[in-house]
Amino acid sequence: MVDFRSARFWIPLVVLAGFALLPVYAGLTGQSFYVTLFSRILIYALAAVALNFVLGFGGLVSFGHALYMGLGAYAVGILSFHGVTNGWVHLGAALLIGGLFATVIGAVVVRTGGMTFIMITLAFAQMGYFLAVSLKQYGGDDGLTIDARSLMGVVDFGNNTVLYYAILATLIAALWLFNRILGARFGFVLKGTKSNERRMLALGFPTLRYKLSAYVISAMVCTLAGFFLANFTKFASPSYMQWSVSGELIVIIVLGGMGTLFGPVVGAIVLLLLEEILQGWKPGIYPPFEEIVNKHWQLFIGLFVILVVLYAKRGVYGYFAEARRE
Amino acid sequence: MKAYLKLAAATLLCMASFASAQTPIKIGFMAELSGPQGALGQDQYDAFMMVVQANGGKLGGVPVEILKEDSQLKPEVAVQIVDKLIERDRVPIITGLTFSNVLMAVFKKVVDKEVFLIGSNAGPSPIAGAQCSPYFFSTSWQNDQQAEVVGKYASDKGYKRIVAMAPNYQAGKDFVAGFKRYYKPALANEIYTSLSQQDYSAELAQVQAANPDAVFVFYPGGLGVNFVKQYAQAGLKGKYPLLNISTTDGINLPAQGDAALGAVLGTAWGPDFKNPQNQKFVAEFEAKFKRIPSQYAAQAYDSALLLDSAIAKVKGNVADKKAFMAALRAADFKSIRGDFKFNVNGYPIQDLHVFEVAKDDKGRNSLKTIATPLKADKDGYFDKCPLK
Amino acid sequence: MTWGLFLTQVLNGLQLGVLLFLLAAGLTLVFGIMNFVNLAHGSLYMMGAYFGAAAFAATGSFIAAGAIAVVGTLVLGFAIERVALMRLYSRDHLDQVLATFGLILVFNEVVRYLWGPSSIYMNAPEALSGQVTLFGLNYPSYRFAIIAAGLTVAAGLYLLINKTRLGMLIRAGASNAEMVSALGVDIKFLNTMVFAMGAGLAGLAGLMAGPILSVQPGMGEPVLILTLVVIVTGGIGSIRGAFYGALIVGLVDTVGRAFLPILLQMTIERSIAQAAGPAIASMLIYLLMAVVLALRPQGLFPVRHG
Repeated sequence: MVDFRSARFWIPLVVLAGFALLPVYAGLTGQSFYVTLFSRILIYALAAVALNFVLGFGGLVSFGHALYMGLGAYAVGILSFHGVTNGWVHLGAALLIGGLFATVIGAVVVRTGGMTFIMITLAFAQMGYFLAVSLKQYGGDDGLTIDARSLMGVVDFGNNTVLYYAILATLIAALWLFNRILGARFGFVLKGTKSNERRMLALGFPTLRYKLSAYVISAMVCTLAGFFLANFTKFASPSYMQWSVSGELIVIIVLGGMGTLFGPVVGAIVLLLLEEILQGWKPGIYPPFEEIVNKHWQLFIGLFVILVVLYAKRGVYGYFAEARRE
Repeated sequence: MKAYLKLAAATLLCMASFASAQTPIKIGFMAELSGPQGALGQDQYDAFMMVVQANGGKLGGVPVEILKEDSQLKPEVAVQIVDKLIERDRVPIITGLTFSNVLMAVFKKVVDKEVFLIGSNAGPSPIAGAQCSPYFFSTSWQNDQQAEVVGKYASDKGYKRIVAMAPNYQAGKDFVAGFKRYYKPALANEIYTSLSQQDYSAELAQVQAANPDAVFVFYPGGLGVNFVKQYAQAGLKGKYPLLNISTTDGINLPAQGDAALGAVLGTAWGPDFKNPQNQKFVAEFEAKFKRIPSQYAAQAYDSALLLDSAIAKVKGNVADKKAFMAALRAADFKSIRGDFKFNVNGYPIQDLHVFEVAKDDKGRNSLKTIATPLKADKDGYFDKCPLK
Repeated sequence: MTWGLFLTQVLNGLQLGVLLFLLAAGLTLVFGIMNFVNLAHGSLYMMGAYFGAAAFAATGSFIAAGAIAVVGTLVLGFAIERVALMRLYSRDHLDQVLATFGLILVFNEVVRYLWGPSSIYMNAPEALSGQVTLFGLNYPSYRFAIIAAGLTVAAGLYLLINKTRLGMLIRAGASNAEMVSALGVDIKFLNTMVFAMGAGLAGLAGLMAGPILSVQPGMGEPVLILTLVVIVTGGIGSIRGAFYGALIVGLVDTVGRAFLPILLQMTIERSIAQAAGPAIASMLIYLLMAVVLALRPQGLFPVRHG
């Protein structure tokens, strides 16, 4: 049921409309750079939305989802390296590889829970990172330059604006997909497993299978984000799989509002814009301090994250969405 | 009172230069400025700005605005910054560039937009060869050159058994390959360590067991500090000469202390060069920052001098790309490393030296020139570059 | 390959192991008793190294440096526990991961601000900068000292935990924290004590690593990940698990790195072995952890309940 007055309805609508109009604004003002900045935001949003599906709704705190971003990026990179330029092949390969890895890894990790789950997902992501670093033929640590973006037929990824809209469309599709799944029986079992797995087992649900499926779906959407990241940067690099990237994705989710479908999108906007603003913050009131902010901006991000965790548990979007409902 | 007058005069001068109403040329300076790798980028930036400030905010007599950007050693961030610099700020020139992977990630994007890219550290091989561009210039070296000069040195010294060690990634392997280009005997052993490895005890035990004439290593940044300390503690220092690239460099030396003494490093510039422009640079840098400049600072200083000369040549009209390109190519500036010319691929043709870590006249550990095995050296890739 | 070389590598593994144990001991107790995921433990190690390096440079005495490093991180641990982390014990793991992730960023930048972005100098004390000879191979005396110090601390912890009242409370807390607090023990105080003690041990580890590793911003992260592997492999909350886990991880990592490439070279072509060897060796401990968790999710040496 859609409540047209609720914040849960109009915030996503306004934000998505803003995304849709952004290239027009960028075109009018001649600031095409905004398209690039927001492409990156959209990619992170997509990955965070995917992670939130298992993390926020399934209670599976995966600390290794950057692995799937990396796999998606390398699928594009390695195929391009061997002269395969067809984007649909890239897309298919990315999803296939992501799904395969997620199935194998998932089969091991979903058996565990709590702290062990956090650590073991981290361990697998680290293994992926070291694997990518050792791929000498594909650039190893230096990463792999991709000559041209994937050829997607009529959809010309070579054009930044087209790529931007493709990512936006994918994000909307992912939101729709997760919304459907969560509203269906599968979603109820998943949420039920989060709050009380034993009860769900007693009710006769094979919770392991549900958790595994959720993990695989989430991972595959994350590889999609990797596919776009590789196209966006024309580059695949082991640094996409670093554990700090997994951490950033979690920061984005909590910042936006965990357990809300749209929260991660808001979180991605807030975090990445904040990074951008802190680095160039020069209001000219007290320059020595401003210089410290520009140079040590990560300090302020760190403090911000701690404050959000301590005092704003529901996140930015969560705050508005919940406040209205109460 | 005197200081006050000076200030007033400076303000007036400033206003006068504004009155002459030349819009400043925007130059993007992108380097690794934060995180553990931030030291290199900071040295590059400090040295670059020394030239700009000494000229009163101008290069080539034209006011410049330096847009400082931190690429965080993340390729995707670098790509976004480059887009911002080119599309929002419309910079005609981007310089800095600390690490090869970041340079490779942005290279095509920048030169395709016909923006000049002046690298002052990273020198990956693909863009020296087939992928070269007339918009790219480097004031450092092609990566392999530093290894080649050490290989030549080892060969001249007549070392028979050499063990090579490097992190297991592209640059590490390139450097070992570069070393072997001028050092013909087969290596006694090649040991590759994981890039994230901090402790080399296991490998040092293997080195000791091999009992070589010398050891050749490439351990940049913090890895180099780890390695050199552990090398000395294992008792290998003084026993087997430590030939290296980027390991006992100017950034690492203060952290390595006496453990680095006697190590031999190969590169294109050293703080003890006698030419007057270098003596001036080193003296001013030390006075300002209270440390010996590193090669990264020197390379960035040269890049600022290069820009200064080329902008002056085109009288500030960098929009005339052809003229500006020719002006850069001419390299009509007094490099602090002495003779300096550009090859067709935008990399320098220069002498390469080896340096020994020794006490300088102030008792600090520094690099002392001991030989110049390669004269007017060209990198090994330029003949694959289609540019003439 | 000689026995001397093999023995040297075992000693190397042991040395890495005891260093990891110092980190793992504090972290595993915090995990076990407070049910708290502290990613910032590596930052305390980094602070220990910085405190130690700064104090060593200022006083010239390694003993003084050690005291300052340990006390400094102890106080720091006490402070961050009371100011921020204490409130997170009742929260879920996600919040804890996040807040301590934020702390890592804060610590790294504070260090960069105070000491600059480059690594700073710290060497072994004069008396320990030589080598001792073993089967014709030299072994650095400083590494021997690390092993000795680590084992001493391990023995001390064993006595503290098994023979004292505080130790009894810690053991009780690790196996059932709610019960301990229901019995009227000031659990808040116990928590702070355990956290500060863990911080002090991390600081000690940082100090001891200072002369062999580069003291620089971000030095805590790689070692944190290794420590997490140790704890999870050994069994969360268990000091015994941390000890054996640390030794196993230290030995597997070192011996694997040293001999895997050689073994591979006997079976496959040299150039491939040189590339594949270190790659597999660097994944070895993660593989070990994944296998352990898949077969024994509670770890190899879990806390004995009941």
